[in-house]
Amino acid sequence: MGKVVVVTSGKGGVGKTTSTAALGAAVAKTGKKVALVDFDVGLRNLDLIMGAERRVVFDLVNVIQGSAKLSQALIRDKRVETLFLLPASQTRDKDALTEEGVGEVIERLRSVFDYVFCDSPAGIERGAQLAMRFADEAVIVTNPEVSSVRDSDRIIGLLDARTLKAEQGEQIIKHVLVTRYDAARAARGEMLNIDDVLEILSTPLLGIIPESQDVLRASNLGSPVTLSEPLNSAARAYIDAAKRLEGEDLPVVVPFERKGFLDRLLGRRAA
Amino acid sequence: MNLLELFKRRGSAPVARERLQVLLAYERRSRSQPDLVSILREEIMAVIAKHVQIDQDYLQVSMDRGQTMSTLEIDIQIPNKSAAPLAMSA
Ligand SMILES: Nc1ncnc2c1ncn2[C@@H]1O[C@H](COP(=O)(O)OP(=O)(O)O)[C@@H](O)[C@H]1O
Ligand SMILES: [Mg+2]
Repeated sequence: MGKVVVVTSGKGGVGKTTSTAALGAAVAKTGKKVALVDFDVGLRNLDLIMGAERRVVFDLVNVIQGSAKLSQALIRDKRVETLFLLPASQTRDKDALTEEGVGEVIERLRSVFDYVFCDSPAGIERGAQLAMRFADEAVIVTNPEVSSVRDSDRIIGLLDARTLKAEQGEQIIKHVLVTRYDAARAARGEMLNIDDVLEILSTPLLGIIPESQDVLRASNLGSPVTLSEPLNSAARAYIDAAKRLEGEDLPVVVPFERKGFLDRLLGRRAA
Repeated sequence: MNLLELFKRRGSAPVARERLQVLLAYERRSRSQPDLVSILREEIMAVIAKHVQIDQDYLQVSMDRGQTMSTLEIDIQIPNKSAAPLAMSA
């Protein structure tokens, strides 16, 4: 039975879709079977970030409504054999998703894949709640700034209340992934620092992804940054985060502004 | 300097621009008219169903949208046992 991981945040534009693609590709590269599911019905983008936008024939809504088989809607990645995408519908609205339908699709994916990553839409409404509903774990994508942290806190509240796991009295496993971390601005004290973010959210850290131009270039080219430029700083941070997600005990390195310097090691361990 | 570096220097924006042009041309068209791919798929399925019984499981549809040309690939596996004409199995 595979693990279902929702990538969520509340706030839009913080890096959920980028992170879903980068983490999913990093895990798939180790040979695990990975499905990425786009829950942003009406505003899909994961297909574009994965470079599969020209190959979409069927989508999640078609599968739920029975007009396509799951196997027909899954698009296999051209670079990594074990990586698949289930696109969202672009033409429907989010009401086309039913809880029952989503549950069935997720259960079938779970039985075939090692990991199912659900890319959540922004917000805290129905779409975001459906994306997290059947998850075992959550990656809460947070930028080190006040409104993002506040929204993450709300999402954590929902994860603890509205997921199936929570309703069954179990704990959903939560991780904070800090993205778009700008070391220079952090050094100038213009950004919340990592310790503050973690203390406020009291949730373990999965990784810190630096702000990087290579992320933009990767999306221009339609490739997760972990595939197109695996040696880049953001890609390496995503690859490490993916390892932690798989249970490896790697220390988190806070990105340091001066290159060539030994990065400061944080004593903290990721959970 | 290798090719990759040259490519990086030129920037990835032109690639992004081309990808978006292809995608948006298609999406704008399909906003005002029904999706050609699903029409083709359904009509092709209907034609096949007239002659053989076939399960959706045996049908794979794939697509590659280009700027001037798109390909629609339909892969139908017809199981030999159910390949008998409908008239006979009815
Ligand atoms: N580490 C990063 N460095 C630079 N830009 C980033 C980084 N992560 C995300 N971005 C950019 O931020 C924007 C929003 O990212 P996206 O993944 O679409 O967010 P969301 O899915 O949460 O709305 C995109 O333009 C993306 O390229
Ligand atoms: Mg998104």
